[in-house]
Amino acid sequence: MSIYGDSTKASSGTNYLTHTRGFLSWALTLDHKRIGVMYLVSVLTAFFFAGMAAMALRLELIAPGEWFLSQDNYNQMFTVHGALMVFLVLIPAVPAAMGNFVLPIMLGAKDVAFPRLNLFSYWLWVTGALFFVLALLTGGLDTGWTFYTPYSIEGDDHMSGAMGGVIPALTGAFVLGFSSIFTGLNFIVTIHRLRPPGMTWFRMPLFLWAIYATAIIQVMATPILGITLALLIVERAFGIGIFNPALGGDPVLYQHFFWFYSHPAVYIMILPGMGIISELISVHSHKHIFGYRFIAFSSVAIAIFGFLVWGHHMFTSGQSPLMNIMFSAITFSVSIPSAIKVFNWLATLYKGSISLNTPMLYALSFLFIFTIGGLTGLHLGTLATDIHLHDTYFVVAHFHYVMMGSAMIAMFGGLHHWWPKITGRMYNETLGRIACGLVFFGFNATFFTQFILGSKGMPRRYADYSAELMGAENFEIFHFWHFWSTIGSFVMALGFFLMLGYLVHSMFKGRQAPDNPWGGGSLEWQCSSPPPHDNFSEPPTVGDCYDYSMLEWDEKIQGYHRREEAATSGE
Amino acid sequence: MPEAQTHDKEHDHDRPWFLGHHWENPQQQFEAGKLGMWLFLATEVLLFGGLFVGYSVWRGNHPELFQFGSKYLNTAMGATNTVVLICSSLTMAWAVTAAQQNKQKLLKIMLTLTLAGAVTFLVIKYFEYTHKFNEGIYPGISFYQQPGEKSHYWDKSMVAFARPTWTIPVANVAPDLTMPMSEMSTVAAAATGPAGFNAAALETVEGGEALIHTPTPEEATHAIALEHADVDQPMHHLQDPLRPRDAHMFFNIYFMMTGLHGIHVLLGIFLMGWLLYRANKGHFSDKYFTPIDLGGLYWHVVDLIWIFLFPLFYLI
Repeated sequence: MSIYGDSTKASSGTNYLTHTRGFLSWALTLDHKRIGVMYLVSVLTAFFFAGMAAMALRLELIAPGEWFLSQDNYNQMFTVHGALMVFLVLIPAVPAAMGNFVLPIMLGAKDVAFPRLNLFSYWLWVTGALFFVLALLTGGLDTGWTFYTPYSIEGDDHMSGAMGGVIPALTGAFVLGFSSIFTGLNFIVTIHRLRPPGMTWFRMPLFLWAIYATAIIQVMATPILGITLALLIVERAFGIGIFNPALGGDPVLYQHFFWFYSHPAVYIMILPGMGIISELISVHSHKHIFGYRFIAFSSVAIAIFGFLVWGHHMFTSGQSPLMNIMFSAITFSVSIPSAIKVFNWLATLYKGSISLNTPMLYALSFLFIFTIGGLTGLHLGTLATDIHLHDTYFVVAHFHYVMMGSAMIAMFGGLHHWWPKITGRMYNETLGRIACGLVFFGFNATFFTQFILGSKGMPRRYADYSAELMGAENFEIFHFWHFWSTIGSFVMALGFFLMLGYLVHSMFKGRQAPDNPWGGGSLEWQCSSPPPHDNFSEPPTVGDCYDYSMLEWDEKIQGYHRREEAATSGE
Repeated sequence: MPEAQTHDKEHDHDRPWFLGHHWENPQQQFEAGKLGMWLFLATEVLLFGGLFVGYSVWRGNHPELFQFGSKYLNTAMGATNTVVLICSSLTMAWAVTAAQQNKQKLLKIMLTLTLAGAVTFLVIKYFEYTHKFNEGIYPGISFYQQPGEKSHYWDKSMVAFARPTWTIPVANVAPDLTMPMSEMSTVAAAATGPAGFNAAALETVEGGEALIHTPTPEEATHAIALEHADVDQPMHHLQDPLRPRDAHMFFNIYFMMTGLHGIHVLLGIFLMGWLLYRANKGHFSDKYFTPIDLGGLYWHVVDLIWIFLFPLFYLI
């Protein structure tokens, strides 16, 4: 079990999967790779349940009337979907799952700085997840994932305590917040203190810059969520009145506190995804990344701007017009670093030797979807149009384009990119491309329709849109687009199940993966697939990770290898 | 808390036992631990930062709550606790020095003294809280329970698990507590909208328990006379004629901030106990004192937060 004194075992020919065996060797492991894999499995499990909740919502909306879910069930279902996706999936998906596996290897380190803390934060995640299960068992909650007061402090004595799940859910989110803080803290210290000789800041792969910027947000924003949720728990249990207007409290103060975390949290979700895309675009175009420093600094800029825009969630909550104008202006400024990234990715693609592998297809999907998601954000950041679009399906479509279509698609791109490294097996490339196509077209069918629904005035969080509620002509429009949105969601689900199928299949029957199947230049492609227990037996040679001139395709191993004579000359 | 470099028996011959396998040398490990601890302390400051912001918002908008509430706090106990914490910070710093100079006995003495300081702080805090509770000053809605009345907590109709139906006494003048409830509601019903009356509060008033009362000129004069009453011996807070609307808010912020701080002191006690345990086993020396150093940093921050809390609640 000990991670100490392992240097003697490094040469025994085992990898991190076969290094030790048994349940406890995983549950109590201090190896960042195993912790990353455990996160991956856990996060994808949560993604499955959150996705099932979403399918139930879409099924209810395929036709008017409460034919599948009651209104109460519908409210609880979208709360569960939102809370699970945000707290259990999106926030840990890329940093904790992909980051844990990839970050130390990419950096050339043997592990993260604090392996025990890393394991602790994984088990905190599990504890948080159990609290969410408890929330469902104790009556569920229908507050929406934002836990807005006064919804979250009202009980439902007239509905047989259906809100009993609020305190467990708040506790779960509180615990998950600490899991996130510790992961971020670990990564910051790792990047500062565990870079091997030669790994300067500007030689780090851009994924590491993105993770670093993310980690700063995790450490600096999440404590505010912690104290807000703690206050809300006490508020609900004892009625301290800080957020309760009936006791003289201020519900808008809750919104300020909540969004002070939850807007930066949006960048916790998307920034690491952007980091993955920087890697995928460059590796699969076999071309040096364009504008390295611009992409690196734009990650940091997004992290900083992210702290200053929370008020744009509250344009209609009774802020002063002056504050609205300021928040609106700063919101627009976030689009500058985001656009810098997109243009640099496009410039990287230009004249590249593009391989349309599955990871690259996800990266291209990301570019398309993120651009739409980002541009529709401008409509919502504009005060005048936001009044019209606020709380409609336009908002739902916008954040699904950025969260689901960008953050999750990037995560799946990264999963396919590093799958050979994680499992040592290749998946079926054809099925991978088909699944990516299903997800891409299904996603756009599901959510582009919702932009139209929203601009036509369909409010979000409604379980029903019958003609009596919405008027006859609106009903026709709403029904048409809701129908196609639901069809799209089924196509997307099909894509995910296909992905699950071929990935599981590859673990047992897949072709043995070469060390460098895509021709990547960063350090994780220098160690074997899967990597040995302590990553590097000797300090790796650090060069320009986006220089592919020394890599060539080797038909024999079906992968890339480094040209011998060029290996020492350096660049 | 950052990863503690726990010791391990199966060590390499050329590596110190406390050095993790992924570190080059003890210096690198120590610096990383220190950076991690500072980051963690930054999150602690931010955690309290939310409450300090809440304090500022409420104090800025309602200074009268703080003027009223602070006279119910026991400055002598608060001051004693401040001295206790500062002394324990001193002994903690001394313990770090002792470890750095490899003075094993001094290290144990200083850690014990720090531990004693932390325990003393919590004991004093216990008496302070108990005293508040005996006076009827509870966090949450039970703040408004009348003397002798059973607690509002866990009362199915009162607790926030159910829709809140408690009443909010809005009174600038003391309600006569000897008056039967039924008569009181008659007074409330006769009252016509007092200045500054909050319509939202009226909506929550149910079941004829309203304590809303408009002061007549005679009563107002009476209130001014009471204003000059002896503030050293405040009466029951519900009878205090100077009690502003939402007076509970001061005490709730007080209980939340000192409570969260108290939890940190409690964690500090466990931390000191653990350090003392390891010091007794002889783990620390001038070569390896990282846990002592980091534990000390934590303890100083807990101390520092109290240094802010004490004047903010007790003095100003």
